[in-house]
Amino acid sequence: MSKSLRISELAVGEPILGRQYACDNVQLMLYNASLWNGHRIHYDQPYATEVESYPGLVVAGPLIGDWLTQCVMEWLGAEGELLRFTYSNRIASYVGETLTSSGRIISIDRDSGDLELELRVHNQNDEVVVPGTARVRLSI
Amino acid sequence: MALLTPEHLSHIGDLGPQKQEIATRRDIRKYAVATGQALTKYLDGDVAPPLYHVTLFWEVVELNRLSPDGVYMDTLIPILPLDRAMAGGLDIEYFQVIRAGDELVAQRQLTALYEKPGRSGPLIFYEVIMEVNTAAGEPVLREKTTRILR
Repeated sequence: MSKSLRISELAVGEPILGRQYACDNVQLMLYNASLWNGHRIHYDQPYATEVESYPGLVVAGPLIGDWLTQCVMEWLGAEGELLRFTYSNRIASYVGETLTSSGRIISIDRDSGDLELELRVHNQNDEVVVPGTARVRLSI
Repeated sequence: MALLTPEHLSHIGDLGPQKQEIATRRDIRKYAVATGQALTKYLDGDVAPPLYHVTLFWEVVELNRLSPDGVYMDTLIPILPLDRAMAGGLDIEYFQVIRAGDELVAQRQLTALYEKPGRSGPLIFYEVIMEVNTAAGEPVLREKTTRILR
């Protein structure tokens, strides 16, 4: 977790280390409760598997999107600012899977302090389940 | 054959009601814990994580308005000929962070509705833009949601 990023010390292509997440039933329930999301695919195992034909309980898409923002904000440190963030859910993920967030710098504007980041969450099969991007600003 | 009729398309531009909510420290903390945040400022509830607004403005629906699968049918979207939602994505521009105690106003608008051929049949896409401002009218964020139906 970086505390003070200096734009002069950063380079395009530099990796951003994220974290591993293994969402369990408790976290998934707490997240959907905080959202007020009653969709059964997130907590009703028989419904998810027998009615909707998923292999297990589906990890909520915005929760995985949040993990991408964590990848950015934990790297960015206190002085950085998030200007824009995008993500899209491409492949469903299920309780019991281990997901990993990561990113890399794809452009640096040393005049404005703006950086463009490419982000991803991948599963244990190295499939990108949620790609994303971020634009952040560092003080110059 | 087109799935979307002129009546469907006439809903582009529809606005949802304005919603006013307060970002409380307790709700920020609950969100931070549930999402597995590591930063103290989020876990203490002083500052909201970047996607906290998703929960703040998610519709709080009475139980009898949920469908049997537990889903609330978004009334901003017209009833469409495809109804199986594939998860979409978000594109958010941030203008200021949300802090505990902030009073925020949000309004959503259906800004696009279109169809495309998919690998296993037609797909319907829609886009909703939500503007979140302070109670004084200063912009906080602008979020575009894209959803795909099959």
